[in-house]
Amino acid sequence: MGVGIDVEHLNAWYGTNHTLQDINLSIPANHATALIGPSGCGKSTFVRCLNRMHETNPIARATGVVKMGDLDIYKDASPVDIRRRVGMVFQRPNPFPTMSIYDNVASGLKLNGFRNKAILDETVERSLKAAALWEEVKDELKKKSGASLSGGQQQRMCIARALAVDPEVLLMDEPASALDPVSTSKIEDLIFQLKSQYTIVIVTHNMQQAARVAENTGFFLNGKMVEFNSTDKIFTMPSDKRTEDYITGRFG
Amino acid sequence: MSTNSTPIAAPGGHGPLRTPTNYQTRAMRLNSARRYLMNHLVTGLAVLSTVLVIAPLVAILGYLIFKGASSLNLAFFTHVPAPVGEQGGGMANAMLGSGIILVLASSMGIPVGIAAGVYLAEYGRGKMLAMAVRFTADVLNGIPSIVMGLAAYSLIVMRQMHFSAFSGGVALAIMMVPTITRTTEEMLMTVPHAIREAALGLGVPKWRTVVSVSLRTASPGIITGCMLAFARVAGETAPLLFTAFGNQFWSFRLNEPIAALPLQIYVYAISPYDEWHRLAWAGALVLILMIMVSVSLVRIYAARGTLKGAS
Repeated sequence: MGVGIDVEHLNAWYGTNHTLQDINLSIPANHATALIGPSGCGKSTFVRCLNRMHETNPIARATGVVKMGDLDIYKDASPVDIRRRVGMVFQRPNPFPTMSIYDNVASGLKLNGFRNKAILDETVERSLKAAALWEEVKDELKKKSGASLSGGQQQRMCIARALAVDPEVLLMDEPASALDPVSTSKIEDLIFQLKSQYTIVIVTHNMQQAARVAENTGFFLNGKMVEFNSTDKIFTMPSDKRTEDYITGRFG
Repeated sequence: MSTNSTPIAAPGGHGPLRTPTNYQTRAMRLNSARRYLMNHLVTGLAVLSTVLVIAPLVAILGYLIFKGASSLNLAFFTHVPAPVGEQGGGMANAMLGSGIILVLASSMGIPVGIAAGVYLAEYGRGKMLAMAVRFTADVLNGIPSIVMGLAAYSLIVMRQMHFSAFSGGVALAIMMVPTITRTTEEMLMTVPHAIREAALGLGVPKWRTVVSVSLRTASPGIITGCMLAFARVAGETAPLLFTAFGNQFWSFRLNEPIAALPLQIYVYAISPYDEWHRLAWAGALVLILMIMVSVSLVRIYAARGTLKGAS
């Protein structure tokens, strides 16, 4: 089951560039939350702070409090533990090219030393089914490289890979921006199904996509969160002039 | 370029697209003739260069077979050198010695080289130590091989007061390290950052990401680097002159002088005896074949189990 995330006074820097400025936000459990905003506004940095991927960049730094349930992820846990509980799907599909489809999906478990074959088999099947890819790949699980799939299939495999470690939160950084419309709609259907079990945070440039999949939407601009509200509100009567300008296409 | 000037109707009934003028088609035709010529010229140059690269190898191998193959017989592979004046004898001990020295050198040089490459690519980005290591590796690569032999001589032979297979292995290992380090670094740099992020994002610790994802993805290139280093030192004579030293009998001990094919070839080739000259040719042929076979075996072994559609 998913868990809610509370963000208090989150600031992030790349070098001297103050990318996120005092973000305060409550992401509800078992819902999809969309983050929209023009390129470079800090959405991606924000989600990367939620699983401590931000700090893998040597010049990056973050301060503030991020709570997953009662757990302060910057104080009470190691980055490795957090990343096992907070899965991430990236903008471009990034399969491990040397691994089979099976090994790609099982990688989160296998690379952490998990060896029980029966459980691995079961997890791979369950994850691929959850990512709506099982039927397409079940015959060549161990023979085909993960990199041989089409872009859309690769991205669903990456989702399966993230689900296989049984996370509570799923972060998606523009998961469909490199995909064609058919694959995009498959991913969106998937998000729709997954949000009953996981807390989903999805960064997107596509406002229709945000409207379709997310209950709540946050609008980011120049490193600040301008507005956070139910998706309906944001798109029908935004309270901030800048949000309105953005969603009506006056800039960005 | 065809001169087909049928207007193409634009969708939506907005009339025909503009057709190229005569002037443009003429220019295009001239251009395409030049392009045709250029294309064939460059292709021809590429083929010529390839031939120039392969020709020496074919020539050397052919000449070695011509001069050496007739002296190859079972005794060559099973007997130690015969005393001067005696007929027959072989280089069995030198082949074994070369094998032992190369296994020693590889087992020391490859791990150290790869580990240093991993440090440079994965941990040392932008650090002073990494720059020092990279610079040292490049300098080390340019040091003449006889100096490597002298280094191993003063580090090991002088202290132990005797020549040894081990000191020969060390000299060759030092020669292998810079090539392997730099290739490993280069190959790791070609692994996309997104793949590392994928592993880190799954909660895989950094060391495990490096071993199971970065190194594994870069492994074909790293193996090539190791093979290049191996092939290079396998034929080295100078570093062994005052380390392994060579001998004329069976020896399996690492702390005693040991025979090696390049040394044996050297000794036989500068001797005044025709019989020894013939054996030297045969030895050179065997040395090249040994290198070719071992490199091919590693390649075949490494290519095993490649997945369908793996990039």
